[in-house]
Amino acid sequence: MANVKLTIDGKTVEAPANTLLIEAARRAGIEIPAFCYYEGLALQAACRMCLVEVEKAPKLMTACTLPVAEGMVVRTNTPQVAQARKSMLEFVLTNHPLDCPVCDKGGECELQDMVFRYGAGESRFLEVKQHVDEREWSPVVFYDRPRCILCFRCVRICAEGMGVAALGVVNRGASSEIAPNRGDHLECDECGMCIDICPVGALTSGTYRYRTRPWEMQHVGTICTHCADGCKTTLGIRNNRIHRGNNRDRSGVNGEFLCIKGRYAGDFAHHEERLLTPLVRSQDGFKPVSWAEAIKTVAGRFAEIRQRGGKFGVIGSNHTTNEENYYLQKLARTGLGTNNIDHHRTGDVLSLLRARVPLATTADLYHSKAVLIVGVDLAQQHSFLAYQIRANWRHHQARVYTVRRGPVREDKIAARIVSVEPGGELAGVETLRDDLAKEPELVILFGDAIQGEAVARLTEFGSSLGIPVKYVCLVDYSNSRGAVEMGVLPAEGGMTLPEMMAAGDLDALWVVGANPLRRHALAGKPFLVVQDLFLTETAQAADVVLPAASAYEKSGTVTNVCGEVQRLQKAFETPGTKTDLEIFGLIAREMGLDLKQLGPWTPSAVFAEIARTVPGYDLPVEVLEAGGAVQAGPSDGLPDAVWAPVQSAGDTLFTSGTLGRYSKMLNAVREAPGELYRA
Amino acid sequence: MLYNEPSPLEVKVLTRRFGLPNSQSLDTYLASDGYKAFRKAVEMGPEKVLEELKVSNLRGRGGAGFPTGMKWGFVPRNSPKPKYVVVNADEGEPGTCKDRLLMENDPHQLLEGMLIAGFVVDAHVGYIYVRGEYRYVIEILDRAIAEAYERGYLGKNILGTGFDFDVYTHTGAGSYECGEESALLESLEGKRGVPRIRPPFPAVAGLYQCPTVLNNVESFSAVPAIIRDGGAAFAALGTPKNGGTRLFCISGHVNKPGVYELPMGFNLLRMINEVAGGVRGGKKLKAVIPGGSSCPVLKAEECDISMDFDSLAKAKSMLGSGGVIVMDEDTCMVKAALRIMRFYQHESCGWCIPCREGTLWLRKLLARVHEGGGTQSDVPLIGELAKNMLGRTFCPLGDAAAMPTIAFVEKFREEFEAHLNGAPCPFESKPVSA
Repeated sequence: MANVKLTIDGKTVEAPANTLLIEAARRAGIEIPAFCYYEGLALQAACRMCLVEVEKAPKLMTACTLPVAEGMVVRTNTPQVAQARKSMLEFVLTNHPLDCPVCDKGGECELQDMVFRYGAGESRFLEVKQHVDEREWSPVVFYDRPRCILCFRCVRICAEGMGVAALGVVNRGASSEIAPNRGDHLECDECGMCIDICPVGALTSGTYRYRTRPWEMQHVGTICTHCADGCKTTLGIRNNRIHRGNNRDRSGVNGEFLCIKGRYAGDFAHHEERLLTPLVRSQDGFKPVSWAEAIKTVAGRFAEIRQRGGKFGVIGSNHTTNEENYYLQKLARTGLGTNNIDHHRTGDVLSLLRARVPLATTADLYHSKAVLIVGVDLAQQHSFLAYQIRANWRHHQARVYTVRRGPVREDKIAARIVSVEPGGELAGVETLRDDLAKEPELVILFGDAIQGEAVARLTEFGSSLGIPVKYVCLVDYSNSRGAVEMGVLPAEGGMTLPEMMAAGDLDALWVVGANPLRRHALAGKPFLVVQDLFLTETAQAADVVLPAASAYEKSGTVTNVCGEVQRLQKAFETPGTKTDLEIFGLIAREMGLDLKQLGPWTPSAVFAEIARTVPGYDLPVEVLEAGGAVQAGPSDGLPDAVWAPVQSAGDTLFTSGTLGRYSKMLNAVREAPGELYRA
Repeated sequence: MLYNEPSPLEVKVLTRRFGLPNSQSLDTYLASDGYKAFRKAVEMGPEKVLEELKVSNLRGRGGAGFPTGMKWGFVPRNSPKPKYVVVNADEGEPGTCKDRLLMENDPHQLLEGMLIAGFVVDAHVGYIYVRGEYRYVIEILDRAIAEAYERGYLGKNILGTGFDFDVYTHTGAGSYECGEESALLESLEGKRGVPRIRPPFPAVAGLYQCPTVLNNVESFSAVPAIIRDGGAAFAALGTPKNGGTRLFCISGHVNKPGVYELPMGFNLLRMINEVAGGVRGGKKLKAVIPGGSSCPVLKAEECDISMDFDSLAKAKSMLGSGGVIVMDEDTCMVKAALRIMRFYQHESCGWCIPCREGTLWLRKLLARVHEGGGTQSDVPLIGELAKNMLGRTFCPLGDAAAMPTIAFVEKFREEFEAHLNGAPCPFESKPVSA
């Protein structure tokens, strides 16, 4: 669109026609304050903070609804505008409790900031303030009406952003209030978007409220360890404890988006059943031992089995870092001399990599003109990807197609919906051929309903459309994709996970951050070593249990569902635990392996080796260090790796594999543990 | 049904059938030129009908006084979207009770006005949005609509003209705000009754975002007479730029309160003294609110004025919706200001900060002052708060609350000052307890 020139406060500003004045001013470095205006959400013009003088207009105009026009002359710094702002703040404070000293938002409150900058220093309001008692809408969401300034951001983010519309407005005038969808309580995604978008302390979270002050925490931006979407979550840490997660700085691929897991389900790290000391099995059950003794026990047995040419099995994790995964597979292959290494495969990344087709980024989901979702309930299982697609539909009118077994939230925004029986997904996709071929471009997302041969057939279908098509293979957890690319897979001749569990003749089975006994029985009696946070079903059967640090307690990189590599930042420590990488190193050293050949077990050193040796991972370290995301380049499709069937764990918004069981917040919400929850 | 004796000074155009036996019935309507205007409009064609409307100088009777012909002309007749006709019958402005009478006594006149509007803009569906309190009026309207369908004045191929038109009534739920046209449309669509961001205006994006003709009951009811007798004849009844007659609703301290149809530009003092029988009990006139409660009050000495949009605007008040509220010398102006603010506070929709918080603050402040709890600084504060709302709210309701308040404080400042520092209200027979 053509640019127009206008004048704001005497400064000539150029902006595309139809840009809102408030945005044009912002880009020119001129702040026009607002509460209700929120980039990307429907316009309200309700708070009246953005009133400015526009030449030839008879009265002050709201900059949040006014498109710029050629020759427009705007003044934001006049006494009249300053007086208008001051009067709005005076009005909004009349019924505000001013309980800043005990308000969670104190110190990071937009109302405080506005009054500080634009408001009056005194109050002329002598009447009695309205009071309404605070309400608990869910274990996550609390509402304090007196603090609410009725900017309706929460209502809009819930309806427009999340597609849930669990919040509305009831009553009238100064008695207006935000209301939850079930009268006295909420039934929703419990994502907390409403809480984080609230400019004041009207919406507060069950995990954070009255716990601490914002300035008393360290704010550490890291990657959520739950699903595979790779959302940046900024953890608020005080005294080695997570008090909250949010992403108000909109860094990371997810901007400000987070679901309940990214915001509130970090509490597993502080669960009382967290393993804090190594355990070695004795006749009377587990005996707590020192780290030195535990490492010695494991290394001694491993060395002995190695020496006699015994048989190892290694099961890696969907949650550990790329560095850990890489180091583990290298240690297994070179140190233990085994090719029996695998992990719980939740999506057929391997087949997609082998198809050598373009892979979509999370940003592509927001920009692509068309999106096809095959065989998955995206809003439940990949809520960030669903959010991107919803935003794309809202902002760019993207056409969305769903091929699914039952109703999904994306149906509401879908141009076409195809219902299929299990196994009918490919046939369902085929029925969309004519529509899809008319699209200028397409992103196809598919879950475990498409695997093996079907992946090849899907990509052939995509290629036959004659338009640019990109793909996303949906996987379950924070580093499921990385586990594949780092080679936590058997090469030709090695055993897959189900084969290892069923083999019966393994001498040692080393399970790192996984719980295979949940799905598989273990044949035989191998020497079982488990590294985990909790005494899982698998850990309970172990000979040695090594307490591992969680993703929030370590550095390293993870690769999300779209192949975007991002860096974990260590946020705090849980004394007694060690990172998996350190445990690997200690075992290797104790075994007397060739440490020079294995290399140092620091994340940066391992990543440097990954960059050298793993195709597609020669990524700009500076970008990752700065908190950016970089999509890994074209992989070689791991030509040696053995294909095996995949199965998603089928987590919902309120479950997260084994970790989810230890999140009190996930289990406290009414929707937990969750059939697939439908809003 | 009529509530007051007609006055010989009235010029009966819209109310000409009031008082006829069975004035609600189609037969009575037909016997008195009913549906002739529609036939004539079809013969004239849309362009000429619009021209007549413009010539008539009919200005919106809801209160804003926007020229009706111009408003209809904004509707893109050739838009591929469906077009709608919507009648604002959410008569809620305190002091106003004319639309009710027009619907009660002559529903077919309204329907014919809608038909003509539909014909002009190529709309085929009309809605009458009736305030919730007018339940019995809806029954009258529904009977008239049913009768019109039965006899071919609504429905398909009306009177063999090939024009189709359907009409539905819809009830509001008791919110004053829904009389604001964009809030009315939201409510009609089944949403919360809060106003929309404008532009776009309803003529371009109204009901269901489609082009919409939206007018007051009285405006639509004036259309048949204009088409039947010609725009020039209608215009000639009033003053330049203020065509026709208007239904004035005279209430308050007069001997003969009621609704009277008088030419635009009728003198306000004559209206009070000759039409409404003078101030009750021989008292002195103190003040008049000339056009419904949102209009700034006129002092007695300002009342020698022509009742038309432009003269009142010049006097810094408004003709508004035609609700003339007369107050005698015993009226407490602080209490009047409080009563009005109580209404606007109760009706504020809560969407924007200045109206939501300003009306509540002012209501509390005025109540405190009236009870004697005010201090010297409260009097200027009242005016200042109202000015802080004026022109800054999302919709005109904030202005409607601010304008009369500013006028009361400016024109009757001494009465506010007489209430301060524990003084009892000079107009209350008993001292008010603090």
